[in-house]
Amino acid sequence: MAFFLTLLALVVTLGLSWRYLGSYMAAVFDGRVHFLGLVERPIYRLLGTSPEQEQTWKRYGGALIIFSGVSFIFTYVILRVQGSLPLNPQHLGAVSPALSFNTASSFLTNTNWQNYGGETTMSYFSQIGALTVQQFVTPAVGIVAAIVLVRGFSRKNSSAVGNFWVDMTRCLFYVLLPIAFIAGVIFVGEGAVMTLAGTATIHDVLNQVTQTMARGPIAFMEAIKQLGTNGGGFLNANSATPFENPTGLTNFLSIYLLLSIPFALTYTFGKMVGSVRHGVALLSVMVLLFGVWVGFTSFAEHQNNPAVAAAGIHSTVGNTEGKEVRFGDTSSALFGVASTMTSTGSADAAYDSFTPIGGMGLLSGMMLGEVTPGGTGSGLYTLLIYAIIAVFIGGLMIGRTPEYLGKKIQAKEVKLAGLAALIMPITVLILTGIAVSVAAGKAGPLNAGPHGFSEILYALTSQGNNNGSAFGGLTGNTPFYNIIGAIDMLIGRFAIMIPVLALGGALAQKNVVPESLGTFRTDNGMFVGLTIGVILIIGGLTFFPAISLGPLVEQLSHGRFF
Amino acid sequence: MIVHLRRSITFALICMVFFGFVYAFAGTGVAQVLFKFQANGSITANGSTLIGQNWSSPKFFHGRPDDFGPYAANATTHTSGGDNPLVANGSSGESGATNLGPRSKVLLADTKALVAYWHSMGVNPTPDLVTTSGSGYDPDISPQDALVQIPMVAKATGLSASSLTSLIKSQTHAAQFGFLGTSYIDVLQLNEALAKMR
Repeated sequence: MAFFLTLLALVVTLGLSWRYLGSYMAAVFDGRVHFLGLVERPIYRLLGTSPEQEQTWKRYGGALIIFSGVSFIFTYVILRVQGSLPLNPQHLGAVSPALSFNTASSFLTNTNWQNYGGETTMSYFSQIGALTVQQFVTPAVGIVAAIVLVRGFSRKNSSAVGNFWVDMTRCLFYVLLPIAFIAGVIFVGEGAVMTLAGTATIHDVLNQVTQTMARGPIAFMEAIKQLGTNGGGFLNANSATPFENPTGLTNFLSIYLLLSIPFALTYTFGKMVGSVRHGVALLSVMVLLFGVWVGFTSFAEHQNNPAVAAAGIHSTVGNTEGKEVRFGDTSSALFGVASTMTSTGSADAAYDSFTPIGGMGLLSGMMLGEVTPGGTGSGLYTLLIYAIIAVFIGGLMIGRTPEYLGKKIQAKEVKLAGLAALIMPITVLILTGIAVSVAAGKAGPLNAGPHGFSEILYALTSQGNNNGSAFGGLTGNTPFYNIIGAIDMLIGRFAIMIPVLALGGALAQKNVVPESLGTFRTDNGMFVGLTIGVILIIGGLTFFPAISLGPLVEQLSHGRFF
Repeated sequence: MIVHLRRSITFALICMVFFGFVYAFAGTGVAQVLFKFQANGSITANGSTLIGQNWSSPKFFHGRPDDFGPYAANATTHTSGGDNPLVANGSSGESGATNLGPRSKVLLADTKALVAYWHSMGVNPTPDLVTTSGSGYDPDISPQDALVQIPMVAKATGLSASSLTSLIKSQTHAAQFGFLGTSYIDVLQLNEALAKMR
């Protein structure tokens, strides 16, 4: 009952933000919001640019890539020299080169895969000046890339797609900063820690226990971690720790925050292209798939853990291994699905200890390409890729040149969309193949049997989809996994984003074809079904064999332990 | 190209200032003014109400069988044992779960050991009491987890089962707004109240 009320509250709050945050973001990117003009204008002056100076997709993409390169270097250097920087009360030394490379790639790509434990590796300077900064910047990069693709549909005969610096500034100051700040205050009020004072040591006279506890500027990082679908926590155990996620309310707030922008962007899309119905169609695709995944994953986690059952304990409260009492089984499963299907990757429970089907829910949620609803921006643009493929297939079936929002989808667009859709599965599967073939890869898993394979598959799927959650048993801080993972994350981000920008540029140049009776409708149930079909078929055909070697074998091996 | 690079460096610096330091320092300032107690870790006389501890004596209610309770980078001594015959988290000094899979032989053996431990204490354990948490220092247990420990605590303290039942009831926090999260008991607060009864 409580779980259904939680779902209901989520539907209501997300529905409101879909409508209002969605239209607000459209206003922000159309340049109709100015309340921080005092900050905005000096930044444009410093950069030597202005909202009137629009760029072609190539210049826009060039700025995005070079800015990303600079961000990468900033993060890498800070991690390497943190031992000599201030704000380091625990006197932590420099992060190793391979781990710094992996972490800089991870935070640059909005993945937030963590081959380290925050409280024992990162100084406050690194957490604030390197990692939190990227948690703001990378969702903004994702959103502006999506906005370029949206402008591809909303503009006609135009070579300009916007100004990268202006879009970034607006996204950061008008969208991410205010929401994150308010959410940060709520996190602290509920009990999340926010201090620069270093660790605290206590002594309990009742049980004669002395504890030293890691603290830090956690609560506000937590807010942007969720809002920006980043997922990289301050502490090793992420949102399972009470200092990051203290109560049922903060758990709900986390789920809301990480879903809010990815869902709302479909309204922004509808508003900007002048057809909210098209936004609703994309939203329906997201919600239907998300709902099914929440359903079966929560059901699976409400079952007993096989090992606990075999030890003679019969549970009415689901699988409790790796879960916190204050959240419970179904809410942890909901958090897990929300976090994996949005490319967030935060965790309020140990995903490695989920039941086989529960773990499969998280893994397969990522394998759908992070479109349901996907990451901030990346979810919308990847879903539009699938929509273009659906339009293409629909067009083939009725024998007409496919169109989407009046734009003819021709060979160039279909090639770019196909490229963007196939890069992720190809990268993930090849890298998984390498990891299970070499000794350095096989040394990674903690668990034996099919679950060990799942740990490797999960790691490379998560990084290739820029998710960042993990089956945490895998030992990732090795040269092999640091480097293979970094390659996985960089390809998963930029090899998709660049074709998307090119697609946006190509579409913006086209004229709009007037709608006719023969036009294949892209705002009705038929199209929603076709797009879901495309997502499931691409995901299923590419990943089903791998899934069946991992979670499915594990589920079917009744009575066996590994 | 050069203009991109110049703008990129400028913008990266602006972001580091605004979204790193101004954000974190302003946040810390607001947090310390509005919610000083929470912002510093909800630390009470005997520890943080948000960080689980080991309770080894049968005179107290025990929490989840997590490893060492909390720890930080420089923690060198752990208080293992007590309600925790397992070394759940290794000794890396980080928060974290066992990460054992649902069909792990190790998890099966660990759970069996915990069941045997609880039976030796005269307790018929619930699932929470034989499994470890996600953080490695879950501060809470469910009301049912506390109720099953009554025989152990009653025997060791001489307090009546009915007084312990009403203590557990009085220490139960309901789910927030009636539906967010679960109803739970903070083990530290429960044991502090228990100590006062003796």
